[in-house]
Amino acid sequence: MNSKKLNKFLTDKFGDKIGNLFNEIILSFITSLWFMILMFPIMIIKVNTIDQTIIWRWHNLIYIGAGSFVLSYLWRKALKLKEMKSRTEENSKKSFSLSESLSNLSESKFHYPAMGVTLLLFILIPVFSSLYQTTVLSSALIYVMLGLGLNIVVGLGGLLNLGYVAFYIVGAYSYAMLNTHFGLSFWVALPIGALLSTVFGILLALPILRLRGDYLAIVTLAFAEIIRLILQNEGDIFGGPSGINNIEPPSFFGFEFGLDGKTVLMYYIILFMTIFTIFVIFRLENSRIGRAWQALREDEIATKSMGINVTMTKLTSFALGATWAGFAGVLFSAKTAFINPDSFTIWESVIILCFVVLGGMGSIFGVAIAALILYILPESLRAFAQYRMLVYGISLVLMMIFRQGGIIDVKRKHYKLPDNIKAD
Amino acid sequence: MTHVLEVNNLSKHFGGLKAVDEVSLKVEKNQIVALIGPNGAGKTTFFNCITGMYKPTSGEIYIPSSAHRDSHITGEGHRTKAIHGLNPHVITECGIARTFQNIRLFQNMTVLENIMIGRHCRLSTGIIGAIFRTRKSRLEESELIHDSHEILTKIGLENYANEFAKNLPYGAQRKLEIARALATDPFLLLLDEPAAGMNPQETKELDGLIVKLRDTEDLSILLIEHDMNLVMSLAENIYVMDYGKLIAQGTPTQIKSDKKVIEAYLGEEIDA
Repeated sequence: MNSKKLNKFLTDKFGDKIGNLFNEIILSFITSLWFMILMFPIMIIKVNTIDQTIIWRWHNLIYIGAGSFVLSYLWRKALKLKEMKSRTEENSKKSFSLSESLSNLSESKFHYPAMGVTLLLFILIPVFSSLYQTTVLSSALIYVMLGLGLNIVVGLGGLLNLGYVAFYIVGAYSYAMLNTHFGLSFWVALPIGALLSTVFGILLALPILRLRGDYLAIVTLAFAEIIRLILQNEGDIFGGPSGINNIEPPSFFGFEFGLDGKTVLMYYIILFMTIFTIFVIFRLENSRIGRAWQALREDEIATKSMGINVTMTKLTSFALGATWAGFAGVLFSAKTAFINPDSFTIWESVIILCFVVLGGMGSIFGVAIAALILYILPESLRAFAQYRMLVYGISLVLMMIFRQGGIIDVKRKHYKLPDNIKAD
Repeated sequence: MTHVLEVNNLSKHFGGLKAVDEVSLKVEKNQIVALIGPNGAGKTTFFNCITGMYKPTSGEIYIPSSAHRDSHITGEGHRTKAIHGLNPHVITECGIARTFQNIRLFQNMTVLENIMIGRHCRLSTGIIGAIFRTRKSRLEESELIHDSHEILTKIGLENYANEFAKNLPYGAQRKLEIARALATDPFLLLLDEPAAGMNPQETKELDGLIVKLRDTEDLSILLIEHDMNLVMSLAENIYVMDYGKLIAQGTPTQIKSDKKVIEAYLGEEIDA
């Protein structure tokens, strides 16, 4: 009551701005008080069990109070800014923003030059970066492929697949086994791995096509775990927990490479496959098939009644998603030369799903950028040691609050009117 | 006159509940037929059975075989095709399109894309064609854009072509549903409460639109509607359902004075 009176008094005297500021300060103060009480037993009291004494660390109280005061003030400021921004955006759609310009890119005249420059950059990277950086980037690009593949299933088809890693396993193990047991080369195994993965995708999709949402997620989750557990426990065929080693790296028309050369070659193969992925998915997205997927995501019943075979549409979405996981799997086992079931835990599926959600469901470049950033970020945060995952987690949370649509919002394609209609 | 839809003794039971009970109905070519009844009478379930959303418990549904327009269906020597129990997308391919009572558009896609999805079943581009963008698929795509624009122009939504479906005003969303159904190239259009939530002005426009479609598109129309003014002015033949059963059938004037219909809507008269 008192604060309200004071607030009114201040507003009268100094105008809205000061009154608001005062209000904000009061709110921040309450928050900081709350945090001080909350953290009291953890941060202030310290019991020494040997001496049976209690140490009161009162100075911590000041840090917590000041810290939470500033953070809560900034937090509310940021939320307010976001709100104001969305309001002004509604009023004037011309306002310039990074994401707008990024999503407009595909339509502007800078489209091809920008893509060319990016491509050139990626081609030149191994020349002026260290071997370690090239390896990290290779792994990141594999995740880009995985993200884009899952984007077909989750982003376009709207089928929540939590077991995407299962298809990645199929790809990885098919190359590892074909190579170590039958001596098949990488180039032969690449399409075979993808094909096997597709077959698995179809086999899994057939019984679960009638499921939706959460139920689908649970079944796919279980499927991935089943596959991993089989690999872990079947020692004779799959090598059990110790996995398969000595997988041959890809050859290139009989050339012999040193370790450096092999890494760089691998990088270029992965880069090529990533570009291939982007190309194919780009073509599919705005085709008859892609539209059917997106219709399915929007409304299954309406899709059915529009004459679209829902079963086939789900099947193609699932199978094509699995195909890219298969490619990525083969690349992964060729790159690391050693695989075991521990590389394919549920965590991988979750991370890939993170890429899709954070990048912007259904947005190709968004997912690619998210995968690159989110894979390289924890890698470059290694300097912060134990706070690495904390920073990672916080950035994910912030991202979801301030940019719900993902890094790049999906922009629908604008189809131009055909000339003969315009004339009418 | 030939029948474009013939439903014989159709039933749909949900456990013990007879949602649709032995309903028979006929729609003749270029006719507008209305299906009315109090809430919960089973009208939408009846629609769902025709469109294949539900598999009917018993009964038959026939359409003229190769019913696609232009085909000559000769007088009484009609060749018919049973469509009961088929999958929804197959039935749509046969040429029966529908709209929904609660609007079911593809919200996050543009108006034009909504129409393009409606054309899906008349096109053939597959995965390979889409990836390699073959001559055939490019040709199909440009034809598709052209056709979709034409449909939008016909319905009067051409100015919204690149808007998100969810951003359209309510009346336009209803129209878009009809446009999307038209895109599937039907000979029979099923409209489930097309005027629900519309103001009198919009309803009047809709009235004109439906008649126009029937005349210019060579369509037959079966509609469910609660707006009696619209029903009485549009329909040539009215079927009335109550508690899953057909209780009356006839021209608007006959229905208006039918005792059973009045009872169903207003309750029974009690003699003092």
